[in-house]
Amino acid sequence: MSDILVSEQSAPGADGSGRPSGRLLEVDDLRVEFRTRDGVAKVINGVTYHVDAGETLAVLGESGSGKSVTAQTIMGILDMPPGFVTGGQVRFHGRDMLTMSAEERRRIRGEGIAMIFQDSLSALNPVFTVGFQIAEQFRIRRGMGRADAKKRAIEMLDQVKIPNAKGRFSNYPHQFSGGMRQRAMIAMSLALDPEVLIADEPTTALDVTVQAQIMDLLGELQRERQMGMILITHDLGVVADVADRIAVMYAGRIVEEADVYDLYAKPAHPYTLGLLDSIPRMDEKGQELRTIKGLPPNLMNIPPGCPFNPRCPMAQPVCREKVPPLLQIGSGRASACHFAEELVNRD
Amino acid sequence: MTENIIEVRDLVKHYPVTQGIVFKKTVGQVKAVDGVSFELKTGETLGVVGESGCGKSTLARVLMNLEKPTGGSVHYKGQDISKLSGGALRRLRRQIQLVMQDPYTSLNPRMTVGDLIGEPFEIHSEVAPKGSRRGKVKELLDLVGLNPEHINRYPHQFSGGQRQRIGIARALALRPEVIVCDEPVSALDVSIQAQVMNLLEKLQNEFGLSYVFIAHDLSVVRHLSDRVAVMYLGKMVEVGTEDEIYERPTHPYTQALLSAVPVPDPTLRDNKAIIRLTGDVPSPISPPSGCRFRTRCWKAQDVCAQQVPLLEIRRGSDHPSACHFAEKRAIVATHQA
Amino acid sequence: MSDPSAASIVSTPRPEQPTQIGAPTNAGLPESARNEKPRGLLGDAWRDLRRKPLFWISSALILLFIVMAAFPSLFTSGDAVNGSLENSLGKPSAHALFGYDVQGRDVFARTIYGARASILVALLSVAGTMLVGGVMGVISGYRGGWVDSLLSRVADVFFGLPFVLGAIVILTTFNGSGSNNSKTKIMGLVIASLVILSWPVVMRLMRSSVLATREADYIVAARALGAGTGRIILKHLLPNCLAPLLVYSTIMVGSFIGAEATLSFLGVGLKSPVVSWGIMISEAQNYLRVAPNLLFFPAAFLVAAVLSFVMLGEAVREALDPKLR
Repeated sequence: MSDILVSEQSAPGADGSGRPSGRLLEVDDLRVEFRTRDGVAKVINGVTYHVDAGETLAVLGESGSGKSVTAQTIMGILDMPPGFVTGGQVRFHGRDMLTMSAEERRRIRGEGIAMIFQDSLSALNPVFTVGFQIAEQFRIRRGMGRADAKKRAIEMLDQVKIPNAKGRFSNYPHQFSGGMRQRAMIAMSLALDPEVLIADEPTTALDVTVQAQIMDLLGELQRERQMGMILITHDLGVVADVADRIAVMYAGRIVEEADVYDLYAKPAHPYTLGLLDSIPRMDEKGQELRTIKGLPPNLMNIPPGCPFNPRCPMAQPVCREKVPPLLQIGSGRASACHFAEELVNRD
Repeated sequence: MTENIIEVRDLVKHYPVTQGIVFKKTVGQVKAVDGVSFELKTGETLGVVGESGCGKSTLARVLMNLEKPTGGSVHYKGQDISKLSGGALRRLRRQIQLVMQDPYTSLNPRMTVGDLIGEPFEIHSEVAPKGSRRGKVKELLDLVGLNPEHINRYPHQFSGGQRQRIGIARALALRPEVIVCDEPVSALDVSIQAQVMNLLEKLQNEFGLSYVFIAHDLSVVRHLSDRVAVMYLGKMVEVGTEDEIYERPTHPYTQALLSAVPVPDPTLRDNKAIIRLTGDVPSPISPPSGCRFRTRCWKAQDVCAQQVPLLEIRRGSDHPSACHFAEKRAIVATHQA
Repeated sequence: MSDPSAASIVSTPRPEQPTQIGAPTNAGLPESARNEKPRGLLGDAWRDLRRKPLFWISSALILLFIVMAAFPSLFTSGDAVNGSLENSLGKPSAHALFGYDVQGRDVFARTIYGARASILVALLSVAGTMLVGGVMGVISGYRGGWVDSLLSRVADVFFGLPFVLGAIVILTTFNGSGSNNSKTKIMGLVIASLVILSWPVVMRLMRSSVLATREADYIVAARALGAGTGRIILKHLLPNCLAPLLVYSTIMVGSFIGAEATLSFLGVGLKSPVVSWGIMISEAQNYLRVAPNLLFFPAAFLVAAVLSFVMLGEAVREALDPKLR
């Protein structure tokens, strides 16, 4: 069962299963670079992934892997310059958002795709009440009257389980605790019923007990509304709890994409394997942690061949010469490693 | 045979909350640390876990004598360090060192690596004669896994993990006996975090160091610690060996904390004990009466509001817990790796 | 100490190979082959400055003015102080490029010699302002508490004095018409009044800078190592607080050249026979219609000097501002 399909397209699902472009949101061979005074940093080098209604795709990667920049490009909030999209498409319901007019894109933001950020304190405007900021969306985008908008905003606050939503309506962001603020931000981003929610490190700044509450809430809302969710995180624990599929990013590329169970059970890329080995686990008493040697590459000077090759314990001469494409291995999973088969088939 | 190298008794640190510009009026107290006692044994690692605002960073500052405690004492080898000043305090600083959380802000950006690691020798000039210092700095760089040739570089030329190594080299320079690590790996990426944790372990074995390891990440703490103390709102709620805390926790807060930690294994998704706390940590300016955890606790009774539960060994348990209704409950299924 | 053998049992994998950020992660390359010149933040700023034409133009001009102030005889053989009345209000000619003033003195020579007083006053005032304001700012920011409250209120009082009015009051009191002060004394008075009226700005700048830096982790780290107050201020605080001051002082040189000219023009600053641009402009106002060149040339030099310092300040600010990188 090792018929490898060469496909530059999103590997899983794009195997002619009868849904040519039924994807909710697709990122297709996206390339982004940052042109700075010190040189050109190739931040995203051909990223392809998709998310369907009702599923959670986790994009996993370390800092500098390009996971947040991809999200910013999807939302159209990338700082340009220094950022430049040099290729690829972002298709929402099959239409390329990168070539749309600014007006069309603006309409998709909020109603089609919404985003929540890591830092809720700076994402909320400090001089307006939380309630006002939510109600404002209903007034501007839905043309509601003041009273109706307020009623809907209180409903939203209630949905994200903010106790005493009515009373909290007229509080300012600084009067909320970190967890409450994150809830308020979720309420704000879900106000216009988006079809896709991008959550960029939504719980990184929170304590574990609060993190658990927020992840529960996000999961619940996602199931209720059948949203597609892209969860961007570096936390392998959070991912294991909520994701359906995982895309692992390294140096601006997807190096592995798989179903969550497959990925944890049998990683098909040495980087994923290294990551899983290097986290200390609360339910295991380990001796020494296995580590990935070295550092992530400098994006202004990505090594030739496989970008992971200088740190890879399995690296062969071919890895320094040829960039491994993201290829399907088996059903529903893909890996960008020349030796993916060996990795999966070992015991 | 181990002896206590640090003993903390009833440590209290309150910060006044003031109003007014020229004439300040105290309007309240932030009870950051409120009656904490523990001891650190020679060569062991004591993990201190808790959420933000529980007072663990204040504890580090008081242990380092960067702040004077409001009450209680910190003894280092039988000597009360909070009463020291001048030369005696300077000598003590050689013995207890600090590794800070953020490798990006804890190194002076205008100093070279050589100056940074050499600074302890300049401050404590009796430790090493001037001529030998550069050699010592190079040795330290090598020890923490950095290239000694990079002695003339500036911090911004290094990555986060490498900077944290510089911070560790600096802390090691004076050959201290105790290192207080305040969230040393929480700002680092996963793959780098493991490298730094291994380094800390290696150094402990090599030099017989004792660590106070403060962190919010329970997995990291379990990996490194011999004993663990759980803090909540300025108080310790449970203390025990790593096994006792992780496998037989008795305090409801510890249990909730453990159950909230996501385990990187999707197969455990559906059969995990889930305890979800509601709400956030109350303000340390006016903590709840009696047991401080009672406002978020599912076991709370009237007695919890009236009586402060003492940190003591309770029936049916083998380690101290500050809960009136302490009860064993397994949260994490441990398997030996 | 622990058993040394324990150390060898624990096998630690060779940790990350240190690589310079900005250098290739190319394991095959020998260490020495990489370009690794150590650079500080100032080094980065310098590298950046070198690419700015604004920086080169303004510093060339400033250099020219400074040479002019130091060695005026290099530029002109004319006499700046004595003239012969037969040349009174003479037009510019090959002999006197800028013409002659009412007393028959060579305007070109006077403009060149005027640079000295103007630039000297400006530089010394800036140095004084930096010193007073900087020291006050460090004390106030680092010490905090009632010292800070007291110094800040004192600064507020001085800040409340209108600049020109304050300078006129001070200078008319000590240097009014009819007083017979020596050249250096007048200069000292002008400098003192500029310093007295502008140190609060520098103090505030320094204070806020120190306040922001004082709580920085590396200061805490230095304290934990046992560093004393002197060391913390000199080695850790000052180097990290100086950048905004540096920028401000460059711009201030420009504005002080203007301030000196203003005061001289008003008749309370430097006085004849001292030569300065302000005095020349002041004297020229009566002959504006007959001989506009008397006003034009010193004014042009003044504007050029002020502008070059302001431009230099701007270039330095951009280079030091990490957000613009």
